[in-house]
Amino acid sequence: MNTPRTLYAKLWDAHVVRALPDGEALLYIDRHLVHEVSSPQAFAALREAGRVLRRPETHLAVADHAVPTRAAAPGADPADGPRPCDDPLARGQIAELEANAAQFAMPYAGLDGPEQGIVHVIGPETGLTLPGTTIVCGDSHTTTHGAFGALAFGIGASEQATVMATQCLRQKRARTMRVTLTGALPPGVSAKDVALAFVARVGSDGATGHAVEFAGPAVTAMSMAARMTLCNMAIEAGSRVGLVAPDETTFAFVRGRRMAPAEAELDRAVAYWRTLASDADAVFDREVTLDLSALVPHVSWGTSPGQTLPVGGSLPDPACLGDVDRASPAAAREAARALAYMGLAAGAPIAGTPITHAFIGSCTNGRIEDLREAAAVLAGRHVDPGVRAIVVPGSAATRLAAEAEGLDEIFLSAGFEWRLPGCSMCVAMNDDRLEPGDRCASTSNRNFEGRQGPGGRTHLMSPAMVAAAAVTGRIVDARGLLP
Amino acid sequence: MKPEPFVRVSGIASPMPEDNIDTDIIFPARFLLLTTREGLGEHAFADRRRHRDGSEVAGYVLNRAPFAAPRFIVAGDNFGSGSSREQAVWALLDLGVRVVIAGSFGEIFHNNCLRNGILPIRVEGPQRQRLMALAEAEATFVADLPTQTLTVAGADPIAFAIDAERKEAMLHGWDETDQVVARFADDIAAFEAAQARLQPWLYPVGVPA
Repeated sequence: MNTPRTLYAKLWDAHVVRALPDGEALLYIDRHLVHEVSSPQAFAALREAGRVLRRPETHLAVADHAVPTRAAAPGADPADGPRPCDDPLARGQIAELEANAAQFAMPYAGLDGPEQGIVHVIGPETGLTLPGTTIVCGDSHTTTHGAFGALAFGIGASEQATVMATQCLRQKRARTMRVTLTGALPPGVSAKDVALAFVARVGSDGATGHAVEFAGPAVTAMSMAARMTLCNMAIEAGSRVGLVAPDETTFAFVRGRRMAPAEAELDRAVAYWRTLASDADAVFDREVTLDLSALVPHVSWGTSPGQTLPVGGSLPDPACLGDVDRASPAAAREAARALAYMGLAAGAPIAGTPITHAFIGSCTNGRIEDLREAAAVLAGRHVDPGVRAIVVPGSAATRLAAEAEGLDEIFLSAGFEWRLPGCSMCVAMNDDRLEPGDRCASTSNRNFEGRQGPGGRTHLMSPAMVAAAAVTGRIVDARGLLP
Repeated sequence: MKPEPFVRVSGIASPMPEDNIDTDIIFPARFLLLTTREGLGEHAFADRRRHRDGSEVAGYVLNRAPFAAPRFIVAGDNFGSGSSREQAVWALLDLGVRVVIAGSFGEIFHNNCLRNGILPIRVEGPQRQRLMALAEAEATFVADLPTQTLTVAGADPIAFAIDAERKEAMLHGWDETDQVVARFADDIAAFEAAQARLQPWLYPVGVPA
């Protein structure tokens, strides 16, 4: 009888081109997503070495990180296009991606076209993301695609060049961690809260070196959007790989997508994909269980995603941490540093903290389900006068779908700006950024120092929580505002 | 671009006694609009080194004379976590850094280091605290890759781990793409032939966008 294997082991084994010493392998890479910011040096490396793409059709390029999210003003010069870019460096980077895609015959989703969007939103939407595949991207949130039962991970530009030229990468096999989610999510609590609670539980490097598989009845009950949110943030616990076993929900999502198999070929693919789930008696190196039945909305308070609290919680007091916490002096020092950067008082409740900005979007929470969740809170309400609020759909397709449902009207009447798709204020590479001291309620994934602009302060939370913060002007439990 | 070979490196170490120094801290996102690999050192730790008006932050380690252009960095846990940006590694390299010693590393950063001739060394607990103190005292650090030994006067020699083929590549400054093409071209072709038989839906991918 064969040794029981995990989902991760099955994906790994199916892509080993050659086993190498010390647990490394040359791994075959099926798909590669490419964006304007991490790819220029990879293309340059190919040019320097005189190489070409081994299989151009396995890549998909799109500009998302640095693109403007404002549409052209009425009366603007039509020559500047529907999305004018004022920053010459960003404009140059987008043009460079277009030129590189053309030179290397790489498929490119144009800036004003129907498939533009954040790499991790359009991969699934186009059917590039398929169960059982390996997917890489010069972006750490490539973990997102693991929601489909794909082995997907972020890489550097040098690794991108290797993938482009050879379809392969040298990788080290990870240990495995199963995170079993039990109980049902209470109303007003979403996958983002699960992700934040998970990161807070294991710590910002608690899953480093591990491939994390999310499993259990609560995962089975989740939509693909929720699974993507969950896997997206595995990297915030240090894991390069988040996984969910593919099931009927996955197959239903994939069916009919442009790059997905169809008809008899789809049946054959689904038959294979069904074999990928971890075997019942597979052994994981680590097991973590989270009971969702009592979970409440979570909010990050510090400068590392692990520095997260339930919304009813109080900020840590470094003076106390030193005595009781396992990592004592270091944890106290990090907490004190984070409180100082965030401009927060030790021991105070996190709820009630006033905000200046609200951001809904990103590869974590920029999908239609996320927009619906926020709109449910915003309907009939208005953004606090002290708050600037923007919503940036994750893709052109998401934006269209939201408009078809009238969500744009809800956001606009509530006082949100309704933007064009891009990474926007999650990475602050365009003009969507905080000024020093600004405080943002954000559906993004990182609360790092300066992440949303130098000196800016980020509180990570769910779309419903951001909407609630936007209308009340402060961090508040969104459950009190739900219908 | 081929990395510089790494055999034995010695020099001063900049102490950074802090956990979670992520790649946004090492290389803030706004400088990612630059599309080169060279000359990125001036933006390394930009928001730690300089105030918004461009003036220097007094006392920050990289603004202190012996530590401004270090060969080594000694840091806390989870160094290089977060974004995959390889610019973080290129910026360190441009500063002159060849070795980073930390309790743990962001995995993508760790791989990016190995691809560029920077040696990441894991040292935990009291041993690292000792190294931090020695760095602060301007001790000379020596990393010897052939023997996999880190030596600092005032501390016991520390043996570090590195995977066999990564070590070989670093010693010679081999380019990974060259290596894969030279060693595995036949394996790759055989893999593709087999995969196309079993999973034909992956060949071809469909109509380009």
